[in-house]
Amino acid sequence: MNALRRTVYFTGIVALCAWVLVPIYFIALGAFGGRIGVFRWPKSILPTDTSLAAMQLFLQVEGVGQAMVNSIIAACITMALSIALGAPAGYALARFTFPGQNAYRLLILLTRAFPLAILALPLTVAFIRIGLYDTAFGVALIHTALALPFAALVSASLFQAIPRELEEAAWVFGCTRLQAFLKVVLPLALPGIAATAIFAFVISWNEVFAASVLTVRNRTLTAYLLTVLAESPLHFRFAGGFLLIVPSIVFIFAVRKYLFAMWGIANR
Amino acid sequence: MADIKIDKIAKTFGNARALDEITLDIADGEFIALLGPSGCGKTTLLRIIAGLETRSAGRVIIGGRDISDTPTRARGLAMVFQNYAVFPHMTVYENVAFGLRMQKADEARIKAQVARAAELLHIEPYLERYPAKLSGGQRQRVAVARALAVEPPVLLMDEPLSNLDALLRLEMRAELKAVLREAGTTTIYVTHDQTEAMGLADRIAVMHGGRIVQIDKPTAVYSRPKTTFVGGFVGSPPMNFLPVTAASGAIDLDGLSLAAPRPEGNLLAGIRAEDFALSHSGEGLAFDVMVAEPLGSHTLLTGRSHGQMLRVVAPPNGDYPADTRLGLKPDPNRIVWMDAASGEALRQETAA
Ligand SMILES: Nc1ncnc2c1ncn2[C@@H]1O[C@H](COP(=O)(O)OP(=O)(O)OP(=O)(O)O)[C@@H](O)[C@H]1O
Ligand SMILES: [Mg+2]
Repeated sequence: MNALRRTVYFTGIVALCAWVLVPIYFIALGAFGGRIGVFRWPKSILPTDTSLAAMQLFLQVEGVGQAMVNSIIAACITMALSIALGAPAGYALARFTFPGQNAYRLLILLTRAFPLAILALPLTVAFIRIGLYDTAFGVALIHTALALPFAALVSASLFQAIPRELEEAAWVFGCTRLQAFLKVVLPLALPGIAATAIFAFVISWNEVFAASVLTVRNRTLTAYLLTVLAESPLHFRFAGGFLLIVPSIVFIFAVRKYLFAMWGIANR
Repeated sequence: MADIKIDKIAKTFGNARALDEITLDIADGEFIALLGPSGCGKTTLLRIIAGLETRSAGRVIIGGRDISDTPTRARGLAMVFQNYAVFPHMTVYENVAFGLRMQKADEARIKAQVARAAELLHIEPYLERYPAKLSGGQRQRVAVARALAVEPPVLLMDEPLSNLDALLRLEMRAELKAVLREAGTTTIYVTHDQTEAMGLADRIAVMHGGRIVQIDKPTAVYSRPKTTFVGGFVGSPPMNFLPVTAASGAIDLDGLSLAAPRPEGNLLAGIRAEDFALSHSGEGLAFDVMVAEPLGSHTLLTGRSHGQMLRVVAPPNGDYPADTRLGLKPDPNRIVWMDAASGEALRQETAA
């Protein structure tokens, strides 16, 4: 019985890992397998003639480096803004009762109900007027608008999960509201906030429509790849695809301890 | 000086009235137990004193200073929460040290105070642990230690020993009382354990439905309850209430004549289980034993008298088979006379 359960358990884990890892592996294989490896059929499972040639070629193409930098800038600004605006909004939703609270919650979600395609033209015009057009910051603003509802609602539930009495205890023992937040609430909410931040980063990193519409020369990586990949050779596309996935993976890997940390179970 | 004056504090949640004009004066260094059934507003009152809950009306004055609108941190009090509220991301040591750190105490003082509080509550072995690795009772003791460590002038405790085993609770109770008396801490101690309240408090405030129905010394609350509620809630077993009728200034209990506090009318005679003298010859109030519980120090008899359930304390070694008929003679000086309609005690001329 126990053996059976173990078998099922591990099969499940292996299946889940394969679900995520196999596609990534094949993309990596395409990206590093060299020009010939991409076209070979049947595909070899093991890397045969690995080379960085495709990757190098890709990175040397004009504009790729700049596009990556733009992407990173936009994603970081998105991340910072979503947390800076979303976490306080979430805290307010979690801790204060105010008239129209439920309507406000709904309203936050409704911002996602406007299709970006409809907003694209007026946004472009407005951005050109203010001078935000074709800047990473402008793109980041739109991405923040996309990520913010998520950031606010997730952090609201994060703060809600932290017992109010913990904060009250901090007040009793001499903390101001802000001190109590910084000393008690924030450390407890940090894993969740880190996850929210990563999510905002990934939303921005992967977003292509707004980025394509709002930039011409200062493209983000996704927008750039969209325009160039159609005319590129296959191994070149794999290299681009690989570059698109890597940051998300690295990022999530880097903060995994916050994602998994449970106080007292995982030691810090 | 940290005397507390609670002046007509009221609290409504929506339409529900949780506190109904509570007025309470607590002297500096006094230990008050708030005793009452679940939901009577004990926690709400503590939270209003601490400034964690808004009040609907009234004032709280500590040490002559009206602190009704002072933020919690500046009220100069410490609190033990009903659900402990121990910080899960800090070690036990850091939890206990938290209040002192906020007061910017120097490291040596912190160390000494934490050690003292930890020793008192027997939590020294866990100082380096995180609360997630403690049992409920251990966490509760951390919460008490955290409050004691700051040596507050006013200490509010919300059922601080509820999760401990009987032996430990007895021990902690005694130590807590000694420490708080020595430090001269003004304490409000919420409990619904009436033996705890009796053992610890200088005065007991019995709450019921958002009001304080009686506040008095433990012995007075026990033997001179002001209402049938207090008599039934305080003391184990609860007080017996025997319905009687006075006629021309006397009450007749199966041939036993008692002087009535009122010439005519229906009354309740409140009599503690230990205030009966037993007579095997059947003299006095007829009482049929239903159950006898030998409790070591005494035997508790439950039975009926004219259809009315009574509890009576008998000597420990007697044998009381079911359906034994006994005669009961209540001690007339210890009877609390209550109005049958209102359930409130009549004014007594005899002192408690
Ligand atoms: N935030 C709140 N909103 C609405 N009603 C509340 C709130 N807090 C308490 N109450 C109500 O106020 C009354 C008093 O509650 P309180 O917590 O003070 O009781 P308590 O005496 O501490 O009970 P217990 O012994 O079970 O802890 C209860 O009827 C409760 O339902
Ligand atoms: Mg309570």
